[in-house]
Amino acid sequence: MIWLDQIIQGTLLGGYYALIACGLSLMFGVMRIINLAHGDFAILGVFAVWLLVAQTGVSPFLALVAVIPLMALFGWALQHWVFERSLRAGPLVPLLATFGLAIVIENLLFEGFGADTRSLAPEIGDLAFDSWTLTDRIYVGHLAVLVFAVAVILLVGLQLFLKWTVLGRAIRATAEDPETAELVGVNSRAVYAMAAAIAVATTAIAGTFLAMRATFDPYSGPAQLIFAFEAVVIGGVGSLWGTLIGGIVLGIAQSLGAQIGPRGFLLTGHIVFLVVLGARLFLSSVDVRAAMRRGVDGVVGRSRSS
Amino acid sequence: MSLLAAEQLDARHGLLKAVRNVDLCVAEGEILALVGANGAGKTTLLRTIAGAHRLTSGRIIFDGKDVTALRAHERVALGIALVPEGRRLFAGLTVEENLRVAADAGRAGRWTIDALLDVFPMLKARLKTPAGLLSGGEQQATSISRAMMTNPRLLLLDEISLGLAPLAIDNLYRSLTALFSSGPALVLVEQNLNRVLGVATRVCCMLEGRIVLERDAKLATRQQITDAYFGLRQQAPGEMRP
Amino acid sequence: MVTRWTKASTLSAAVAVAVIVAFAVLPVVFGANVTERLTTLFVYVILAVMWNALAGYAGLVSVGQQMFFGLGAYATIRLSYGGMNVYASMLTGALLAGCTALPLSSFMLRLRGGEFAIATWVIATIAHLLVNFDPLIEGETGKSLIALNAYDAALRQAISYWATLATMVLFLVLMFVLLRSRIGAAVQAIRDDEHAAASVGVRVMAAKRLIFTLAAFGCAAAGALWLATALTFQPRTYFGIQWTAYMLFMALVGGLGTFEGPIVGAVIFFILEDRFGATGVWYLVGLGVAATLCSLLLPRGIWGTLEDRFGVQIMPVGYRLRLAPSGDGECKEPQRTAGWLARLRSYPNH
Repeated sequence: MIWLDQIIQGTLLGGYYALIACGLSLMFGVMRIINLAHGDFAILGVFAVWLLVAQTGVSPFLALVAVIPLMALFGWALQHWVFERSLRAGPLVPLLATFGLAIVIENLLFEGFGADTRSLAPEIGDLAFDSWTLTDRIYVGHLAVLVFAVAVILLVGLQLFLKWTVLGRAIRATAEDPETAELVGVNSRAVYAMAAAIAVATTAIAGTFLAMRATFDPYSGPAQLIFAFEAVVIGGVGSLWGTLIGGIVLGIAQSLGAQIGPRGFLLTGHIVFLVVLGARLFLSSVDVRAAMRRGVDGVVGRSRSS
Repeated sequence: MSLLAAEQLDARHGLLKAVRNVDLCVAEGEILALVGANGAGKTTLLRTIAGAHRLTSGRIIFDGKDVTALRAHERVALGIALVPEGRRLFAGLTVEENLRVAADAGRAGRWTIDALLDVFPMLKARLKTPAGLLSGGEQQATSISRAMMTNPRLLLLDEISLGLAPLAIDNLYRSLTALFSSGPALVLVEQNLNRVLGVATRVCCMLEGRIVLERDAKLATRQQITDAYFGLRQQAPGEMRP
Repeated sequence: MVTRWTKASTLSAAVAVAVIVAFAVLPVVFGANVTERLTTLFVYVILAVMWNALAGYAGLVSVGQQMFFGLGAYATIRLSYGGMNVYASMLTGALLAGCTALPLSSFMLRLRGGEFAIATWVIATIAHLLVNFDPLIEGETGKSLIALNAYDAALRQAISYWATLATMVLFLVLMFVLLRSRIGAAVQAIRDDEHAAASVGVRVMAAKRLIFTLAAFGCAAAGALWLATALTFQPRTYFGIQWTAYMLFMALVGGLGTFEGPIVGAVIFFILEDRFGATGVWYLVGLGVAATLCSLLLPRGIWGTLEDRFGVQIMPVGYRLRLAPSGDGECKEPQRTAGWLARLRSYPNH
């Protein structure tokens, strides 16, 4: 019976992982950049939310609504000044530049806010605790379900956006072939900037929910990056929903691992990730780039036609 | 005044000079055949004009405006469009979406999806098919239509016969007569001399990055073109070929 | 005409040997204060050179080298508490920790780019977690290398100094020899274009594995040596991501993909840490900003830019291609482009 509980909790946790992962997927799928500062952006976003809440007393949800456009702007600016240059300079440079950025963000946050762990849970009142009782042993938190629902809605929204809007089409075209997109009139740099804006904005959402479910501090970023990456790799096959599935598998693995011991939570997740990665590498003899691309192809609606 | 004037263009691939000191003019509505062996620099020249390849030196004047510094998408907005070698369709997008991307980004004009479906009726049934699943002829039709959706004044076509069966090529050229008569100025790069000389008003031959022949299509003899194509020329006594 | 040694490089090699001898003799003249700081510098050099070998030559950006650094120190503690002589445990510990790279490489080296980077981070995190599980270490409490107390403090410091100096020289020599060899050419070819390299017959996997393993041994040795000076092992300190930040800074600012670059970077880093390390967080921010700006604006680093600008090459790890003047002055690219290709073609079979 315990197992069922863990599986349910793990599945709901997977919703959070899908949230944090979809921005990473989008950025990689469109721009082929792995942003090592991805997790730190989420933390940056949530500090902005926290600050707004602390100064004005508004609900975190309202604060998030205000922070999202700010983060989108931040993503746009980053693309313009950092990623654009690093894309042209070769494959190593985006990794180096984003890693440097991660260090800067983490330490600036530390300088500004100190080492204290914080949480947004106190700000959302009963939502942090309320749960539905499924059986006398299994409780399902309202917040956990909310996060999962938001993840699903966001993924659906992204898929619809990419499929049906002008910008969405332009993003998909640029993701496939930026040079040819330019040749048919698409401003690829502007498209990249918009995609980056969207990706970074989603990190703010993920970060805020992280803060509601748990705690955060200036150095929480790298852990989120690792979870996001693991979710994308585990779920990699097929569609955008692969990211959700990957997140769910990761969440379940972690929840089951938590039964073993205090560090089992993290360890099981990493091990499952490595096993899936290894299986992908050895069984299908396809390198991870292709596997990731298949996963993120779903994000940008690309079909494999080789 | 010509629609397009390329002056003293130099373009490179790394260390290799692909386009050397090329001067090229295209007049409004004319059809220019650009021929030459593989590696002569035709594709690089087209890409440089379209903005996909950076030139080392020289100028490109389009409709009186110096477009040398403009990026490709900005040139599309002014009316230059390239149908790239190898089609380069967005494989994951449907035919319709491929066309729409170009329409969203390009200029308004008489060429709409419906107008192009009249030119290429074979695409009517394939509008919702992902472009990667089309046959060669259909892909080429889509690629040309996609470029036309931007309503260009100058259309650059790079090796549209490449990889197509003769029947498909026939169909293609037949469909294109509508474009030839009332459409934009064309620069056609083709390996198949017969095909292209049948429709062109002027012919240019490139060899090792330079233009070695430029003549009115009706005045150019087959012999002259073949000589230029292969780089044969009159040799003075005792002169060595480099 | 293809040459290896120039007047400048012969002179520099002589100077380098002289400098090393001077360093070796140093503890006789200067006290523990100086030698301790120099020991730190030597460790930085090792780390910088190793990280540069991975990223600058093999094209592998590792964000997890701290794993080997930590494992080197951890193995030393374990062996020492198991009864082995403390210096023997350092040597053995470093070797054992480096050996973990061998099975890892067959897995990790199938990854590229960002996937490789994050995977190294995950592996490092796992190693950290596993070490936390060891009851000897008690989570984050850590352990001291108390066996060192058996030695007189001054002697201990001197031995650390010489061991670190010797290790640094060893790895520098290894890198030098490697880069001059066939494998060195192969590795640089891979860095520039993996597919092209494979197509001219370079054994990509073997070359990468060599570099990956070498870097693992280097970082493991650095970890053991750091422990010898710092005396305590705390997992968080040794497995921390800040080591990658330091390595990245040193290699990037010094000059990625050059031989001398990481040494320059290590010296710069050492000086900066000396002056600004106490400011804590702002120092780290500065490092991050410098690394980011360098990667974007000065991708060849300080030394690399100097090399390109002035055609200077101190250590003869490349070839100099002296081109005959050509008619229309076409080939004016610096010799670096021709370097690895010329080298590869000069080998009869590879």
